[in-house]
Amino acid sequence: MRSVAFQYHAPRSLDEALVTLAQVAAEDGRIIAGGQSLVPTMAFRFVRPGHLVDINRVAGLDRLHAEASTVPGRTAASELVIGATVRHAAFHRPVLAGPLGPLLTEVASHIAHYPIRMRGTFCGSLAHADPASEWCLVASTLDARLVLRSVRGERILEADEFFTGVMSTAIEPDELLVEARIPIPNPGVRLGFDEFSRRRGDFALAMALVSLECVDGRVRSPRIGVSGVEDRPRRIAEAEALLDGRIPADDLFRAVARAAAAAVDPLEQPQLPAIYRRELVESSVRRALERAWGPTGHGAR
Amino acid sequence: MKHPITLTINGHRHDVEVEPRRTLADVIREECRLTGTHVGCEHGVCGACTVIVDGDPVRACLVFAVQAEGAQIRTVEGLAQGAQLHPLQQAFIDHHALQCGFCTAGFLMLSTALLERPAPPDDVELQEALSSNLCRCTGYKNILLAVRAASKVMHATSEAA
Repeated sequence: MRSVAFQYHAPRSLDEALVTLAQVAAEDGRIIAGGQSLVPTMAFRFVRPGHLVDINRVAGLDRLHAEASTVPGRTAASELVIGATVRHAAFHRPVLAGPLGPLLTEVASHIAHYPIRMRGTFCGSLAHADPASEWCLVASTLDARLVLRSVRGERILEADEFFTGVMSTAIEPDELLVEARIPIPNPGVRLGFDEFSRRRGDFALAMALVSLECVDGRVRSPRIGVSGVEDRPRRIAEAEALLDGRIPADDLFRAVARAAAAAVDPLEQPQLPAIYRRELVESSVRRALERAWGPTGHGAR
Repeated sequence: MKHPITLTINGHRHDVEVEPRRTLADVIREECRLTGTHVGCEHGVCGACTVIVDGDPVRACLVFAVQAEGAQIRTVEGLAQGAQLHPLQQAFIDHHALQCGFCTAGFLMLSTALLERPAPPDDVELQEALSSNLCRCTGYKNILLAVRAASKVMHATSEAA
């Protein structure tokens, strides 16, 4: 099937893009970056935008670098800044030393397939907010901040304010997600990721991301994020509380994984009963914990 | 409203007028009359429409043609040099890597982009990348064998040059 007719705009600067977006926002004007999720939803006519504002030619949106954090009181001294047109493929090789760069490389390998990763963008995945999006889980678990710009000004949202439901975010119709800022974990942090999908490159049915530190043999500052299960990614406080301050062990990881599985409220879909997804959460969280702790995780040993 | 755009395909200039909603795959086939690029699922799953845009393999059904203005596009028609088949095309014949041929153009363009990267892909990378496209008759084994064989030929040639 073909998309409905729309008007196409290709601004060259951010200001021009924001002015255009403000003008067309009321007629379901939308941003297109990589288009790898938007174009199929248009082909199915799930969405029928009246205008597309293509930001691929906007100068400066492809920035990808570490920068000193602008948030006072944040534990991370610096943030990884990911501009709106940075492609998934930018993470095929680690963009940073330390645990975060290799984690992002591993996560990127689970996103769709190679040609999709050549065009699809990190920020586009966040804006699309598919519950099965890997980058949304990363943003949520690692407390990314999302920078929104419009002709009215700038807003910076925390991940838990940004994601509001299935394919829903707090982005206003005239706003553009110009960049995501991920706090760069301390060198001692260990990260582990696990995803379950039926086929390589298919949508995740469950995934988990774990971040933890180990101080004097005990777990400190654990984060356990789960996605692909509920309507949006989130950290599971009950599981984190069970892990915090404890001595890492297989039995503990199993108990934490069970706690995470008990805490989620999985989406019910045909052929995907909630009980099945709940069991996947248990497996995914356990594997992510084992990976964070074990030799295949990312971070200090 | 139609947009006048210029597409450069296999080094040839095509001046066409297109509605923004027409995909690159459709315009390559219907306006530029290059029907070697096949259209399968039309939503980015099958990879039959894979072409090379500015060096990268992309799904031509997930790019609007207006977005490709000014880009260097390569399609399966650009692989052979006259009667001389591209090493990948020859390898696909030698290793029986196609039956019906519907997916072949997509696999060839995906593989071309992979094998033109500076370092030859190892078997894990190759397998991962070839999982991008669907083949429903030959199966992937012979496609993998063909691409591996072509990789040896192409990288031997580039080292000798």
